[in-house]
Amino acid sequence: MPSAAIEFVDVTFSRPGLRVLDHFNLLVEPGNVLALVGRSGAGKSTLLKLVNRLLVPDAGTVRVDGRDTREWDPIVLRRRIGYVLQDVGLFPHMDVAANVMIVPRLAGWDSERARGRAGELLDLVGLRAGEFAARWPDELSGGQRQRVGVARALAVDPPILLMDEPFGALDPVTRVELHAEFRRIQDRLRKTVIIVTHDMGEAFALGDLVGVLDEGRLIACDRPEVLVQSKDPRVKRLLDSVTTLTRARGSTTRARESTLEREV
Amino acid sequence: MSRVFHFWLSHRAETTALLGQHVLLVAISTLAAVVVGVPLGIFAARRPRLASPIVGVANIVQTIPSLAMFGFLLPVPLIGGVGARAAIVVLILYGLLPIVRTTIAGLNGIDASVREAGLAMGMTPRELLTLVELPLALPSIVAGVRVAAVVGVGAATIAAAIGAGGLGEYIYRGLSMVDTTVILAGAIPAALLALAVDGLLLVAERQLTTRRRRSGRAVAVVGAVVAIVALISSAALARRASDAIVVGSKNFTEQLVLGELVAQAIERDTGLPVDRRLNLGGTLICDRALLTGDVDVYVEYTGTALTAVFHQPVARDASTVFASVRDDYARTGRTLLPPLGFNNTFAILVRADDARSLGLKTIADLAPVAAQWRAGFGYEFLERPDGFPGLAATYGLRFSGPPRVMDLTLTYRALAAGQVDVIAGDATAGLIKGLNLVQLEDNRHYFPPYDAAPVARAATLLRHPEVRSALEKLGGRVSAADMRAMNYAADVEHKDIRQIVGDFLSR
Repeated sequence: MPSAAIEFVDVTFSRPGLRVLDHFNLLVEPGNVLALVGRSGAGKSTLLKLVNRLLVPDAGTVRVDGRDTREWDPIVLRRRIGYVLQDVGLFPHMDVAANVMIVPRLAGWDSERARGRAGELLDLVGLRAGEFAARWPDELSGGQRQRVGVARALAVDPPILLMDEPFGALDPVTRVELHAEFRRIQDRLRKTVIIVTHDMGEAFALGDLVGVLDEGRLIACDRPEVLVQSKDPRVKRLLDSVTTLTRARGSTTRARESTLEREV
Repeated sequence: MSRVFHFWLSHRAETTALLGQHVLLVAISTLAAVVVGVPLGIFAARRPRLASPIVGVANIVQTIPSLAMFGFLLPVPLIGGVGARAAIVVLILYGLLPIVRTTIAGLNGIDASVREAGLAMGMTPRELLTLVELPLALPSIVAGVRVAAVVGVGAATIAAAIGAGGLGEYIYRGLSMVDTTVILAGAIPAALLALAVDGLLLVAERQLTTRRRRSGRAVAVVGAVVAIVALISSAALARRASDAIVVGSKNFTEQLVLGELVAQAIERDTGLPVDRRLNLGGTLICDRALLTGDVDVYVEYTGTALTAVFHQPVARDASTVFASVRDDYARTGRTLLPPLGFNNTFAILVRADDARSLGLKTIADLAPVAAQWRAGFGYEFLERPDGFPGLAATYGLRFSGPPRVMDLTLTYRALAAGQVDVIAGDATAGLIKGLNLVQLEDNRHYFPPYDAAPVARAATLLRHPEVRSALEKLGGRVSAADMRAMNYAADVEHKDIRQIVGDFLSR
């Protein structure tokens, strides 16, 4: 059995007056995409920050590649983990190429190699490097910005990718486009990915596995086709919201979601 | 206005040098305030609990009037005293608040997601600071530097009070001589300098704020500023001679004349370079400067030295006072040279009309009318042991209200304009003649003798015996009439002091 890329063992994490994660357990195998769904405030972002050690658990253990995050040098750990945020966090004082090149530069690459890599990545995420490399973040649309965010996260080819509501702020059409794009890239790169989202439809579109987070616990975690048969009323409520949405969806994600529609 | 241009033309070298000193003072202190203030701001932004105390202290510092601040710093070793160093310290303290504040604001204004992205991609705190936080906070920081520099240009004019030079020297000199032309000759370039500094840094700030970073152009602007500063300050540096004899003076006309007199006497007799630190803000500042070696020689009055410097009881006999003061100076490493020849005692002055119509001749004649009169005195006269309280007791003077306190040089004008009815001026003041004032006789001999005499650092005189002989040659050369004439030429005829003194020495 392959060792887990990311593992939460009995993790508890509290903010003042609020238990965010409560004896939480989770296992993600290498090369898998886990999509975690939960309402806002369900602790989704906290969970990601526990993986790259922006936070450490109050109790229990988070392991990355079999090693407790507390034992990792946080800088080394974070360079192995790409991170994509909802509001992207592009550096406004750097152009697109410089934003993508920042991690390679931190890792000590020479600028020619870093520039070459930036070109590759922009092409990979569907932005022609010749056109976009010299643009500034405030000259991009939301979707383009998000693509740059993904390119930046992939820059030094990290084995793990964390995505926090990556497509949440986009219009539905762009979102569906990026979902397809993400699957295309993931089919090539085979990263270990955790995506958190409040949108069950997105989770089904992207995840090899879909987990449902509720009140600090993982109440379900399974392949999408298994999950749709869940009898848990909390899961069913989330599923209901998906079916209404999917009818209005574009065609690109239809293939993956058709199973769902047929069975509901 | 054309008078001001004329003044600049005839004082070209001096004006350039003062402008240079001014720019240098502001540039050095602003730079130092950045070097101290930005890290302090970063520190405060990182620890929000410490931010408000830090800003609070900086706030309090800024509310201290600058003249008071110079006063506080006078006795402090290393950073205090007299001259450019102490001025720079004060200017740095003033510059800190805006810079610390805008650094904190700039850092706090950064989008949380940008900072989080940096951390999450494995930036060390230092990388986050230099690659992300400081570049993003830079426009805000530059705005703070701009405020600091403009405030600095203003505050630096006051630095002339402690002999730091700069354009304030003209302002103080003009105030002393009651000469608007000279005041404007300092105030106009200071104002223009403030506008120029404001404009240049505003351009730099705008360049940084527009997203499309023309960092090249921002660098060019900064480069231009640095070049201009270097150019102007080289003028100031060129004026500085390392082995120069430093001549000081207090900040009123007679002292400026005497300072110039001593300076020219040394230049003529010894050929040594002389650095003029004229216009120092009062007796204690001069004394302190002489003790620390910031000044080598200045002219003091025996009565002032006795009471204000050495805190001895007031004495009336001229030779006793001279001997006592000479001994006290000798004990503290200073040498009192022979008196110049006139006694600048306090003069109780009234308008000539009043003296005639009321038949006032002596201070005693004042007692019956005092109850309807208002008095106006300089700050020093109110406090000194040989000043107002003793005078009031000796002559039984009771005025209509507490004396109005104002700058010594303004009291003459206030008297002439009828705003006050009696003042305590200098017996040798040229304005007595110029403004048609009358001195009342001190018939009860209240005022101690104030014989003017150069006092020099003993070490300087040992190193340069020729300076001693030059100063000794001045002994007895300046009569009270000479002094009043020179003061009149400066105060009323607005003649150039260098010229007046030059003519006097060539006589």
